[in-house]
Amino acid sequence: MLVLALDTATPAVTAGVVDFDHEGLARTLATRVTIDARAHGELLTPHTKEALAEAGLDFADLDAVVCGSGPGPFTGLRAGMVTAAALGQALGKPVYPVSTLDALAADYAEVHRLLVVTDARRKEVYWARYENGHRVEGPDVCKPAGLEDVEVDLVVGAELLQRAVEPASPSPNGLVMAASPLFGRTPPPLTPLYLRRPDAVEPGARKRVSRA
Amino acid sequence: MSEKIILGIESSCDETGVGIVRLSEDGGITLLADQVASSVDQHARFGGVVPEVASRAHLEAMTPTMERALDEAGLSLSNVDAIAVTCGPGLAGALLVGVSAAKAYAAALDVPLYGVNHLAGHVAADTLQHGPLPAECLALLVSGGHTQLLKVEDLAGKITEIGSTIDDAAGEAYDKVARIIGLPYPGGPPIDKAAKQGDPDAIKFPRGLTGPRDPKFDFSFSGLKTAVARWVEAQEADGRPIPVDDVCASFQESVADVLTAKAVRAAKELGIGTLVISGGVAANSRLSGLARERCEEAGIELRVPRPRLCTDNGAMIAALGAHVVAAGVRPSSLELPTDPGLPVDTVYV
Repeated sequence: MLVLALDTATPAVTAGVVDFDHEGLARTLATRVTIDARAHGELLTPHTKEALAEAGLDFADLDAVVCGSGPGPFTGLRAGMVTAAALGQALGKPVYPVSTLDALAADYAEVHRLLVVTDARRKEVYWARYENGHRVEGPDVCKPAGLEDVEVDLVVGAELLQRAVEPASPSPNGLVMAASPLFGRTPPPLTPLYLRRPDAVEPGARKRVSRA
Repeated sequence: MSEKIILGIESSCDETGVGIVRLSEDGGITLLADQVASSVDQHARFGGVVPEVASRAHLEAMTPTMERALDEAGLSLSNVDAIAVTCGPGLAGALLVGVSAAKAYAAALDVPLYGVNHLAGHVAADTLQHGPLPAECLALLVSGGHTQLLKVEDLAGKITEIGSTIDDAAGEAYDKVARIIGLPYPGGPPIDKAAKQGDPDAIKFPRGLTGPRDPKFDFSFSGLKTAVARWVEAQEADGRPIPVDDVCASFQESVADVLTAKAVRAAKELGIGTLVISGGVAANSRLSGLARERCEEAGIELRVPRPRLCTDNGAMIAALGAHVVAAGVRPSSLELPTDPGLPVDTVYV
């Protein structure tokens, strides 16, 4: 099946077309990625069109859409999720959300003990821990210092963590592989993994304007 | 030009709106669907719109609202010929949800995309109820986020700002005064209701920017809000009860007086015979009532769309989109950015 893979949960604006075959293997046909944390809303749909064109395909050829559901900085994350939701609705095709951290981990399924981190801004990171391709802890958000003692064989993701390595964003292949257990089933709701509440406080007592 | 189905998407503040209109060969615009999902209840306890809360709600509401609009129109997405979307002004994170969705729909359906101005959309809303605008008209836009006087020569291109608020929007003043006297958010409806029982002349609240040296067509509501607070605090200090109905009526009178006086004066001085009032505050009974009196006196035609069309909605964006399409404007790029501060003279991007 032909799958459109999107992710906007990291500074990367990612769109790729992936052929997922009967044997459970994913082959990326075309990818467009721009690293620009402020361009998710502007570039995602153009990237999608370019990737489809490079693969020699049209929107109508797609069988499904996969979208990274974070965790990630909220505004960019929503650009990807609403794009996926609208594409799915317009094409009448299922949209499968997948954890962006799981998608990153899927490219390192052979690693025994893996830690995946992405930039959560405010000097924090989103993270999850994996063993032999399975998530065993997280996703969660914390200061990088909180992960210093975690013993793993490899760390993948954000530069915030001193020992992190490239890449810091999931590949279309990883997105599709991580979502593939869902294929053929009713997709779960497209709910972003925010992991933080909105920064809103209820107002206290009104301030006086005249002198007491 | 054959008949076209134009879809409009609005997400600049706390309403997710999807509207659908038919643009006929003769240029006529017919409203086919107008669906809105509001997150206003989620903002009430914060006393104002929380951008992150609004943005989260837009994401949840986008595809369901689209579904309802298509159902209402009895159409499917494959019938849509063009998509218009609010790309500014508004809350950055909120705008991005609507614009991202609009791009995806436009790309998947292979139809043109038009990024349009929310404020111009408010003026276009009136054409859905009262038909085409005259060659020249004045528009007073009053809402929780905007208070502006506009000269509209062409909905699809020529809109000029004549005046605007230098501080709070009129609707913002309603919300703040409601809080001062213990009425719920949003403040417009409860103040309007209480004002009907009160005496508008009970308390002399100031009329902002009406001095001889003040800018003729600009507005200010921050001082009025402070004046209400001072008056209420003085009452409390003296141990007297707050006559909520009179405070509401007197405050509302000040707002309606200044808005209508300046709008009518602008129309007279510019020689414009039609005034359109739109935006959420246009639903206020005293504003429309006083505007009617004063426009009649001055021989100005007054147009106020029904409340449903005054508040933020997707139908007004579809209507503006139809005007833009009819004018033969080139579609927006799929790289269309959002612009939270989009000036009103930029009708399309």
